[in-house]
Amino acid sequence: MDIASQTVKARELRADVLTMLYKSQSGHPGGSLSCVEILMALYYNVANINPQDPHWEDRDRIVLSKGHAAPILYAILADLHYFPKSDLSSFRQIDSHLQGHPDMVKTLGVDVNTGSLGQGAAIAGGMANAAKYLKKDYQVFAILGDGELQEGLIWEASMAASHYKLDNLTFLLDHNGLQIDGTNEQVMSLGDIIAKYEAFGFSCFKVDGHDIQAIVEALNAPTEGKPKFICCETVKGKGVSFMENQAGWHGKAPNKEQYVQAMKELGVEVNV
Amino acid sequence: MSDAKSLRVAYGEALVELGTKNSKVVVLDADLAHATMTSMFADRYPDRFFNYGIAEQNLMSAAAGFAHSGLIPFASTFALFGAGRAYEIIRNAIAYNNTNVKIACSHSGISVGEDGGSHQSIEDIGLMRLIPNMTVLVPCDPIEMKKAIAAAATINGPVYIRVARPVVSNITTEDTQFEIGKVVTLREGTDVALISTGLMTERALHAALMLEKEGISTKVVNVHSLKPFDVTTIRQIAKSVKGIVTAEEHSVIGGLASAVSESLVGTLPQGFGFEKVAIMDTFGKSGKPEDLFSYFHLTAEDIANKARSIARRK
Repeated sequence: MDIASQTVKARELRADVLTMLYKSQSGHPGGSLSCVEILMALYYNVANINPQDPHWEDRDRIVLSKGHAAPILYAILADLHYFPKSDLSSFRQIDSHLQGHPDMVKTLGVDVNTGSLGQGAAIAGGMANAAKYLKKDYQVFAILGDGELQEGLIWEASMAASHYKLDNLTFLLDHNGLQIDGTNEQVMSLGDIIAKYEAFGFSCFKVDGHDIQAIVEALNAPTEGKPKFICCETVKGKGVSFMENQAGWHGKAPNKEQYVQAMKELGVEVNV
Repeated sequence: MSDAKSLRVAYGEALVELGTKNSKVVVLDADLAHATMTSMFADRYPDRFFNYGIAEQNLMSAAAGFAHSGLIPFASTFALFGAGRAYEIIRNAIAYNNTNVKIACSHSGISVGEDGGSHQSIEDIGLMRLIPNMTVLVPCDPIEMKKAIAAAATINGPVYIRVARPVVSNITTEDTQFEIGKVVTLREGTDVALISTGLMTERALHAALMLEKEGISTKVVNVHSLKPFDVTTIRQIAKSVKGIVTAEEHSVIGGLASAVSESLVGTLPQGFGFEKVAIMDTFGKSGKPEDLFSYFHLTAEDIANKARSIARRK
């Protein structure tokens, strides 16, 4: 898929996210919309995966450590035919395999359960270390939220990634600057994230997190025997004007008028 | 009564033996390899041993990652820092998706001794029993430790194994039954049943000998499998005696006493005796292990006293 058509795809995926949230009247729009291009860079461009064989043991692993962004993960997995797209309308419902946060036991294509912040990144580190031990070539990618960096476990995992020279491990940070109670700066300053990750022994990159090509280039860049950290600068709620850069849209579903307006901005006319 | 050794040494030996038989077994520790005795495995199989430093949350998370890659990781640290500090990681990263991680935690209970209350886990059995998908094993002697480790590796899912620190003699034999989910009757009796786990089983057997001399016929039942729990056999045993005494080196809340209570509630006749030897909802403290067993009323004499009070009932 060329980059131009991926822009169209990104808009469709954002519309899928909003529809899921509107139908379930729950979920996390802001952080789902901010990491659309990050997940697209992985699923459509870089990761060595096979939707026909979800459990293929040599596949690259993608761990959505910020598991509350499950809607965009599900929209992509459905688009890649891990399961029927019609399943998306059951998101968060009692009879659905699409849980509020990703569940590998219930949903094909999910590599590990996440949602409790910090754990996905640390599990990814274990997967990468196991790949080294098993002399496997697969890579492990973890998508982290910026508020998530406040979890101590992230730094335990980061220290270990460097100690074990896990050059098959990449942390992609969805740096939208916002968390539930406000900005990162207000709640708990992250400081100079790049300097911190450099100090922790990672190869560091900073990219526009809505530029798929730029993310792909950083993903493909050599790492000199180190784990990789890609700081993706993003906008929370990206693509929906009234959700952009609003902490209040972290975990709130749109009402009818907001849904219609948001879909209109994404080029979709809906009658609800 | 042969081959007395620390249960943690028995754990180290069992790991080496398992590692020799099963190439998928890897071992992770958190800078306590020489205390948990995973160092024995590390010496034998250095490329299969991973030290994660003093970072128990990451220890458990990384173990999950190894399991997701088809390996069988054994993750070890002290019980308080594994079951306690890393509780939510064990719950969400390991048990929630039924990940094949074995968590073997040493230095459980007050038998830790001199390090004191900050290092004495009196709640790990309760914490681990609470988690769906989790199997909880508490071996009573070196032979049972070896069987527990071997059995844990045959289960596809999380297992917690409690590894006590002290040197203990074998009270079971190679031929003693070991089946996850089953209790083992080590001694038959008709008046009172002593239902015990871990280090308390040796004390229960001593208590039974004392009671025998006083004419009290005492059954001793060892519980190595706290979860799944052998409800059926516990109910049968309760029907055969006047009362029971549970004995554990753990809080009276959440451990063996709770499991037995949960099994028997609503099934007991009027006047049935139910006594508990356990740590009575209080923290541990520094001291020599044997002094602590006395201080917290966890001796054979304490068990015998509870049994006598039941036997004396009309």
